[in-house]
Amino acid sequence: MNAPKFKASDYKSDIDPIWCPGCGDFHVLMSITKALAELGRAPKDIAVVSGIGCSSRIPAYTNCYGFHGVHGRSLALSAGLKVARPDLTVLVMSGDGDGFSIGGNHFLHACRRNVDMTYVVMDNRVYGMTKGQPSPTTEPDWDSALSPGGTGLSPFHPLVIALASGANFVAREFSGNIKASTRTLVEAVNHPGFSFVEILSPCVTFRPDEKEWKNTVHAAQVPETDDPARAARRIMTDDGMNTGILYRGNRAPYRAQVSDKVGDIAPLEAAFEV
Amino acid sequence: MNAMSQTQGLQLLNGNHAVALGVMLARPDVVPLYPITPQTPIFEKLIDLSEKGQLVTELLTPESEHSAMASAIAASATGVRVFTATSSQGLLLMHELLHYAAGARTPIVLFNVNRTPAAPWGFWPDQIDSLSQRDTGWIQLYSETPQESLDSVIQAFRIAEQVKLPVMINHDAFYVSHAMEPVAVPTQDQVDSFLPPYRPEMYLSPETGCSISAPLDQKSWNLSRRQMAQAMAGVGDLVGSVGQDWGRLTGRGYGPIEQYRTEGAELVFVTMGSMCGTVREAVDALRGDGIRAGLLKIRLFRPLPEAALRAALAHVPCAIVLDRNYSPGMGGVLHQELKSALFGMSGPPRLHGLLAGVGGVSVSCATLRKLAAEYLLAAPSPDPVWVE
Ligand SMILES: Cc1ncc(C[n+]2csc(CCOP(=O)(O)OP(=O)(O)O)c2C)c(N)n1
Ligand code: SF4
Ligand SMILES: [Mg+2]
Repeated sequence: MNAPKFKASDYKSDIDPIWCPGCGDFHVLMSITKALAELGRAPKDIAVVSGIGCSSRIPAYTNCYGFHGVHGRSLALSAGLKVARPDLTVLVMSGDGDGFSIGGNHFLHACRRNVDMTYVVMDNRVYGMTKGQPSPTTEPDWDSALSPGGTGLSPFHPLVIALASGANFVAREFSGNIKASTRTLVEAVNHPGFSFVEILSPCVTFRPDEKEWKNTVHAAQVPETDDPARAARRIMTDDGMNTGILYRGNRAPYRAQVSDKVGDIAPLEAAFEV
Repeated sequence: MNAMSQTQGLQLLNGNHAVALGVMLARPDVVPLYPITPQTPIFEKLIDLSEKGQLVTELLTPESEHSAMASAIAASATGVRVFTATSSQGLLLMHELLHYAAGARTPIVLFNVNRTPAAPWGFWPDQIDSLSQRDTGWIQLYSETPQESLDSVIQAFRIAEQVKLPVMINHDAFYVSHAMEPVAVPTQDQVDSFLPPYRPEMYLSPETGCSISAPLDQKSWNLSRRQMAQAMAGVGDLVGSVGQDWGRLTGRGYGPIEQYRTEGAELVFVTMGSMCGTVREAVDALRGDGIRAGLLKIRLFRPLPEAALRAALAHVPCAIVLDRNYSPGMGGVLHQELKSALFGMSGPPRLHGLLAGVGGVSVSCATLRKLAAEYLLAAPSPDPVWVE
């Protein structure tokens, strides 16, 4: 076997993350860089796009092309990037607030459009960056200073929505399980079309109760399927803590009509020459 | 009894908490909110007050600012009092509905914390977020201190509900939003005597059965803008009289503009927001140096009180506009506005437009003193100048 071309550290920038000590997002960053090393594409061939939130800071912590977008619009940005440069591997990174609140509508349409990219939502069931408001995935009875008595609202079920809206690959992982997360991310990127991976990533500051997740997550007992009806039945009885790949479909990805070729970026590259 | 002892006394409050107390005292019925730095302490304090039972209102937390403003418009159209707050990106996301709110004549009060827009990302005080909403039909006020922010929120409801136009009040990120100072908090009785419950003569209800904003022909659409123009024309005077009423009640009067040491001034700084604090200090120092300096603070930016500005600058040889904002390709928005407000005036001041504090850069008293010396006798500068 050939020696691997890249190490995980090749994908890490020299910027120190400003996440709180113990934040699950550190682990997500590790899984991402490990998965990229395994995939073996050079950092310059990868774009990491995000919205806004603690989770969305991740592009700057990688050595790939980074795009720190606006709140909720990471998927819309990524679609533009991918159709203009289909040769790039596009990783879209978001949080439960960014992706399901303000950006919720884009999620439905990105699943439907099935552009070939991987969407990772670092779900901590809270708006971490703005200091602890409940998000669409927050449990209805989560009682806190900013949600006294709980919201009483039924939470969003990201995997159900992804499946129902046509995502071609649907999975959930836990940030603390780096090996499994890395594996699933590799599969997600390699699978054509729109891949969705929810990574449960504890916010230790505003959801200290989530430190318990390491004891409550469990690998799903049922194997993955390519049958949406079976996946739907399985997900309807999900307790939110099942991990692993749920669904891997066969829908043909969106094809860019005009720009499905590598653009000439020589002049741009020349401009960045130092 | 003096005005101060009629209040609950002084509390040490940051600008955002002062806003929240003002909101509580104004008794809004519906408050849709979405969090964003540096507005969030307003949001947090309102939740806290409502949890304690001190604020009785419907706090709605929609999925974005766009939805927050949509909810605000519909709630207001039913004839209830509505407040919301945001900052920067949030305000920009509301843009579509800011036009709608004004066109539908819903007297919403919005508090905006001035912050730089992306790209690149930044969290710094800069007024371009609200200044670029200038043409949406909202009345705009700018506040210098936490006290003024509290007082302005209460006054804003009276202004908005009287002319049926929404009001946006702004204060600078961090310099005002997060800085603490002693604030006189009026009593509920005082505020109730000043701000009666909102009783619109027209509102959505099953009895009236009217519909809002159906498509109109050209003439009628045109008429809607003429009616807004008519309403806007009365706002300058109204801001003055409401501010005076507030002054009689609390000892703190307000107007569309404020002049500080402008008597016989040879040089007047013109600016808005927290910058005014530094300018006051610079003015005192310059007067000590023998330069007759003054401050012209603009509190009401829309509608721009043109006549008051012309009167205030009538015999002033030199005016320096300090813009904490930048309109690319043009310069400072306030400079631009001043040039048009003073156009055709006989013996106008030599007007200098300085881009000072764009992106939150701190402008010190020493810098202002240097600028005064440099520009006092200089020819007017047609182009904006970047202050280092
Ligand atoms: C238009 C707009 N509204 C509000 C915000 C403020 N904001 C920044 S991050 C965030 C929530 C982030 O939550 P989530 O996506 O779950 O990320 P986390 O911080 O939890 O990782 C909000 C409301 C913003 N940046 N832009
Ligand atoms: S606030 Fe929460 S999500 Fe944000 S860095 Fe800290 S632990 Fe992580
Ligand atoms: Mg989150």
